[in-house]
Amino acid sequence: MYPASFDYQKADSVDQAIAALAANPDLKLIAGGHSLLPAMKLRLAQPPALLDIWGIQEMKGIQRDGDWFVVGAMTTHAEVLRSDLPLFPEVAGWVGDPMVRNRGTIGGSLAHADPSADYPAAALALGVQFVIRGPDGERTVDADDMFVGMFESAVRSGELLTHIRIPATIQASAYEKFRHPASHYAVVGLAVARHADGTVRAAYTGAAERAHRLPALEAAVNGSQAIPTGLVDAGDLLGDRFASAEYRAHLVDVLAARAIERLG
Amino acid sequence: MSDTRTEKYFGQALKRKEDPRFITGTGNYTDDIVIPGMLHAAMVRSPYAHAKISGINTDSVTGLPGVVKVLTGQDVADAGLGSIPVGWLLPDLKTPAHPAIALTEANHVGDIVAVVIAETRAQAEDAAAALEVDYEALPAVSTAGAAIADGAPLVHDDVPGNVAFNFEIGDEAATSEAFRGAARRVSVKLKNHRLVANPIEPRSSLAQFTPASGEYLLYTTSQNPHIHRLILAAFVMSIPEHKLRVISPDVGGGFGTKIFQYQEEVIVLLAARLLGRAVKWTARRSEAFVSDAQGRDHETEAELALSDDGLILGFRVNTLANLGAYQTLFAPAVPTYLYATLLNGVYRIPAIHARVTGVMTNTVPVDAYRGAGRPEATYLIERIVDMAAHELNMDPAELRRKNFIGPDEFPYQTPVALVYDSGDYEPALDKAMTMMNYPALREEQARMKGQGKILGVGLISFLEACGLAPSALVGQLGAQAGQWESSLVRVHPTGKVELYTGSHSHGQGHETAFPQIAADELQIPIEDIDLIHGDTGRMPYGWGTYGSRSAAVGGSALKVALQKITTKMKKIAAHLLEASPDDIEHEDGVFRIKGAPEKSKTFFDIALMAHLAHNYPQDLEPGLEATAFYDPKNFVYPFGTHIAVVEIDTDTGHVKLRNYGCVDDCGPLINPLIAEGQVHGGIAQGMGQALLEDAAYDEDGNFLAGTYMEYAMPRADDVPTFQIGHTVTPSPHNPLGVKGIGEAGTIASTAAVANAVMDALWHECGIAHLDMPYTAEKVWKAIRDARSQLQAADD
Repeated sequence: MYPASFDYQKADSVDQAIAALAANPDLKLIAGGHSLLPAMKLRLAQPPALLDIWGIQEMKGIQRDGDWFVVGAMTTHAEVLRSDLPLFPEVAGWVGDPMVRNRGTIGGSLAHADPSADYPAAALALGVQFVIRGPDGERTVDADDMFVGMFESAVRSGELLTHIRIPATIQASAYEKFRHPASHYAVVGLAVARHADGTVRAAYTGAAERAHRLPALEAAVNGSQAIPTGLVDAGDLLGDRFASAEYRAHLVDVLAARAIERLG
Repeated sequence: MSDTRTEKYFGQALKRKEDPRFITGTGNYTDDIVIPGMLHAAMVRSPYAHAKISGINTDSVTGLPGVVKVLTGQDVADAGLGSIPVGWLLPDLKTPAHPAIALTEANHVGDIVAVVIAETRAQAEDAAAALEVDYEALPAVSTAGAAIADGAPLVHDDVPGNVAFNFEIGDEAATSEAFRGAARRVSVKLKNHRLVANPIEPRSSLAQFTPASGEYLLYTTSQNPHIHRLILAAFVMSIPEHKLRVISPDVGGGFGTKIFQYQEEVIVLLAARLLGRAVKWTARRSEAFVSDAQGRDHETEAELALSDDGLILGFRVNTLANLGAYQTLFAPAVPTYLYATLLNGVYRIPAIHARVTGVMTNTVPVDAYRGAGRPEATYLIERIVDMAAHELNMDPAELRRKNFIGPDEFPYQTPVALVYDSGDYEPALDKAMTMMNYPALREEQARMKGQGKILGVGLISFLEACGLAPSALVGQLGAQAGQWESSLVRVHPTGKVELYTGSHSHGQGHETAFPQIAADELQIPIEDIDLIHGDTGRMPYGWGTYGSRSAAVGGSALKVALQKITTKMKKIAAHLLEASPDDIEHEDGVFRIKGAPEKSKTFFDIALMAHLAHNYPQDLEPGLEATAFYDPKNFVYPFGTHIAVVEIDTDTGHVKLRNYGCVDDCGPLINPLIAEGQVHGGIAQGMGQALLEDAAYDEDGNFLAGTYMEYAMPRADDVPTFQIGHTVTPSPHNPLGVKGIGEAGTIASTAAVANAVMDALWHECGIAHLDMPYTAEKVWKAIRDARSQLQAADD
């Protein structure tokens, strides 16, 4: 309820934010604040200073760029929910509640890399690209390289995730989620997408230390074979009081079958 | 009774008068109250379930911004404060000391070991986080079963074996005899797991001391401000009772947890006295999880004896009740007089015997939580009766019907002390079954067997004893308090009316329902009447709100006070109309002479004359107010049948509560809208236990569910639209005929939803019992294992 005291500053542009980060390596970025603030209120996180990037206009909104949608990182879940993006609107509907969705952002969530967040599975299945700016300029990271570990993304210290490029040529997609009864985070979230060339990509979130692709599922579907069970090894998964690793592995199989069925 | 009522307000679904302020955010809660110059307290709580406090370095925070004072257990001892007392004593009860701040030992995670008082809340929290406390961890125990095992760590050295009490009720020999002759026996070993009540408003207290007058003022989140005053003044603080005023303003939900007197209330009073400034504390949600008294937590073995054709012959029960680290106000009564005495349910059971062992553990104290003992009793009886129906291959509804106490058998003496005064159980069962189309549900269940989605139908018929309670009776049983209620009716010269009640509303809608009763009795518009409650400085003495007692006891006190008013008004009217009081009738909103309706006086005429006393009966006191103290003659016994329908996804084990219908009999309804709201909330709270909530500890007493990331509260999309019906069997002994509805939903729905889940699992794959909560993995594994066993048996 009462975080430890902290300094606060606000950036109005990406350049300003990059400069501020360069000047003060202790700065912690805050976007919608829906992961960071609860952690601060419980004093699980005690950053000495926050840099608020919520108001950076060039990081808001969704544009079309040829075969891609370019989504500003500060676009809210609510805006994503109402958009024409592939898969993401469905996934955004699973995020939090209306208050969270009106404040939380797609970029904040993806950069945070919560292992139980919904978006990472969609990002992997869609093959999105992450546009990251730092003191040395801009770079683009493929989804497969974005999620590095638990709460660890490819965004480095001093950098800013500014945009997410999402393919506009997806033929079909689906997200199946089994949610934790208390947090409503994903115990397992499973995303599948059929791309322009007809191949299917699939990924899961919630069950492991980060989101992963599902090569066994992709191989079966793309090879027109029956979907096997045991898509993931329980030994690679996390378990807790509500859901053991064994159960999560089983849920991956169940949700994979359901998601693929919805692809048609 | 209600069918023939002609009242204008009683029975009307009026919108609640209090809601505009609540839904526009203009309520006045304890934490909203600001006293100039007030300080803020932050609690330093033990992170250990059991630890010796070997040192507190108060110097570690003395220089920090805003810090005014650090209080430790030594300050409490130096002030000579008493232990927080238990309000309901059992024979040979062992009650360990419960100091406001732990002195030498912390006994549960969350136990208060020090308090930091600072100029602002943030400063107090910062300093509390920085305070250096040295702990020496001690072995801890968290479950009742583990705590009574040989060699278990002792929670308190003065409670040998961790056993606080041994309680026994019923006839052991007769019950053994019943079992000897019985053709069928059904047994179960079950856990009724622990819950956190989670009212929306966390507990809060604000204390002020005025040295010149020696007066104390305490704003606090209390369901019963007079009880708080009595305990704090007489037993803990040694303050003359009239020098302590307790105000419980708007309170955002209680569910029992705000009955009890807590450490923090003592702390703010002590700090205000020591510092000469007002001191406020409001719980953070994470503090509420480890300091609000928790609920349930029974480990039970039970056995039911039946004849071959399903007549219940005997019932025996052995329950371990986990009391936690200390005993709060009602703690010993909940698993005994509010549980063991209810084990008869709605059935004709010739012999019952029950033992209850109260066990201390290194966990947050357990006390009354919505239903308080009665949900535990209902769950046990209704679970084992369902198991019996499955074993005997009888429909659960028919087994119940066969054993119901008949409508002509009241008053009914049970083998476990209570005398049921009224009831008619079969119409409620029939109505609920019709409402839910029970036969169609069974057909649907048969169609779905073996599929990916299976159906379960949980039917329970229950009864509760509420409207606490006849004072002499509870006194015999160990209560250290009366259980009557008071009401004061004050009619002003302009005919406007204030009602005062010792009951307290923290969500129950008293401010609407009580004026509904008064508007009919006084025959004036409800807009002219307001209810005042929650302030020991304004109300007559009263015992507060818990155990669904407000309408039955507080409402009855109001009715008696109102009758005193109208009786006096008739005397004044008779004088003004030059008639005998016996010839005055109070009809159509006026006082008039029977047979001469053209001669009448209005309510306003008489209210004014009572105050002017210009033209007035010689032997009558002026003024127009009346106080009544009403002591109920018996408990009231609401009953009903609830039916839950669940759908289980056998691939994931996810349980969805698909339909829920109930028929409650709480006597005549004062306000059906409020009653329905109580039932809705109650059902959601009860289903929460069955499917979602679990206040889990590990074996070392660490609390595992201390945030809403871990503790699953029911949300809107976890429940279906409820179908609600009523039958009306008035209470024969109170002037309104009302019973209680505040707890019924919770008492019934846990058992109904649990039975629905187990009904599905029994029909699908023969699983007799699983413990709640029915979380997905538990259900999935049970189905998988049972199906593979069935498969193996087939092979």
